[in-house]
Amino acid sequence: MSRGPAPKQGNRPVAIVSFAQSPSMRRIDQANEVELLMPVLADVFAGADMNKDDLDFICSGSTDYLIGGPFSFVMALDAIGVWPPKSESHVEMDAAWALYESWVRLQEGDMDVALVYGFGKSSLGDLNRILAMQLDPYTMGPLWPDQVSLAALQAQAMIDAGLATEEDFAAVASRARRDALTNPNAQVAKDISVADLLAEDYAVTPLRPHTLPPLSDAAAAVILVAGDRAFDIVENPAWITGIDHRIETHALGARDLTTSVSTTKAAAMAGVAEKPVDIAEIHAPFAHQEILLASALGLESSTVINPSGGPLAANPLMAGGLIRMGEAASRIFDGTASRAVAHATSGPVLQQNLVCVLEGAS
Amino acid sequence: MTTSEGAREPVTMLSTPIRLDYFFSAGLSQSRNLKGYAEGQFIGQRCPVCEKVYIPSRGSCPVDGVPTVEEVVLPNTGTVTTYCVVNVPFAGQSIEIPYICAQILLDGADIAFMGLLQETPIDEVRMGMRVEAVWVDPEDLGPTLGSVKYFRPIDEPDVNYDDFEEYL
Repeated sequence: MSRGPAPKQGNRPVAIVSFAQSPSMRRIDQANEVELLMPVLADVFAGADMNKDDLDFICSGSTDYLIGGPFSFVMALDAIGVWPPKSESHVEMDAAWALYESWVRLQEGDMDVALVYGFGKSSLGDLNRILAMQLDPYTMGPLWPDQVSLAALQAQAMIDAGLATEEDFAAVASRARRDALTNPNAQVAKDISVADLLAEDYAVTPLRPHTLPPLSDAAAAVILVAGDRAFDIVENPAWITGIDHRIETHALGARDLTTSVSTTKAAAMAGVAEKPVDIAEIHAPFAHQEILLASALGLESSTVINPSGGPLAANPLMAGGLIRMGEAASRIFDGTASRAVAHATSGPVLQQNLVCVLEGAS
Repeated sequence: MTTSEGAREPVTMLSTPIRLDYFFSAGLSQSRNLKGYAEGQFIGQRCPVCEKVYIPSRGSCPVDGVPTVEEVVLPNTGTVTTYCVVNVPFAGQSIEIPYICAQILLDGADIAFMGLLQETPIDEVRMGMRVEAVWVDPEDLGPTLGSVKYFRPIDEPDVNYDDFEEYL
């Protein structure tokens, strides 16, 4: 019988035992992807008192579209040194989904330790064009809609439906910037009032620059351990008691952009509402999406949202979702929270969503 | 597209031109390697654990996963580990066919890289052949492997297969 909390999903308890990330920066020129990852991997190993030989499984999340070169995830493996060979996998998605794959893999029972990492440099290309590549290639892609304009359509739909105001968006951004002051890895941190933020000109109506995520370069990594061995590594492992992800149609016109049915379904499957949630790390790149997602997740007003500052403070593509899981786990490690929710998103305007419930042992 | 009757033909093909432009971050280690070419030098890095020398290094030993911090200047001479005679024309080809594309293992390096082999008849190239780099004129040197014009044979006995087998 495991000493950890009983998982709602899976038949084998799995915990996050270590998390590391690089500071997010607008442009990290002095390091290639391997050089960006190496110190992060050294940190995550140190946090678990492990080395690469302890790993049973490795899974990463990244995309060649950010780098503009093929098989970048294979080259990134040089940062670990996978010799003798290890069982290894990769998702062309945010590394939150690499964590999901690792969790599934550990359920098999023959492996105990997994390394998950993600890396993304937004500075190498034009994100507005790169992200248009994820749209359907027949009717949407050829129009090259940029991500900010798509998000603005969603924000305007929320305003039209009476779900939020521009002041609400600014309140999210103001809080995120203030919270980020205590996060050494944040890129945008400032004590600035809602009124001052609302004085900005629009980027794309109704979105002002403060509602947009920063463009970030960064990497992050997590170590997962199955079973009570996690207690040998940290006092308070962050047990994954529920994890689920759902995807909606790629046809934006067929979705109700003012809600997120995929998030609500994933949250139900992961058991978010079964007990109170102390903190939630929500992967909402745009300010209005935090309001939308908090509602879709069914969070109560007592839940502290994005104490790290969230994606409005640092938004490295392919690592930002994993960072939500790592930040939530860190709040379990340090005892700030006993139950936390981490959310990750992928695809245009919240097309795909992953929800993870993390719990301490008490 | 419409027929003479005005009825629409089904769309069977759609052309959507795509262009994405990128910066490239070589990183610290590969930058040293590239700057070496501008100085007419092959610069590699040594792993502190297995002591293998990589050229170019991406900053890490892919076997041990540790930073390759020690810089190593490699000589102009090396060995052809394997090669390919290119007879097929392709778009953007800048060299007259046929030509020899060889894997060159520089003396003191533990990884081969691809180089152009010239000044030798096609039917005389062989595994184990000793070669040297011919650099472009000093004023044309730049931070690119293009600073090496090509490799050419030198008058030294071939290296035994057993001595470079592990690099194939």
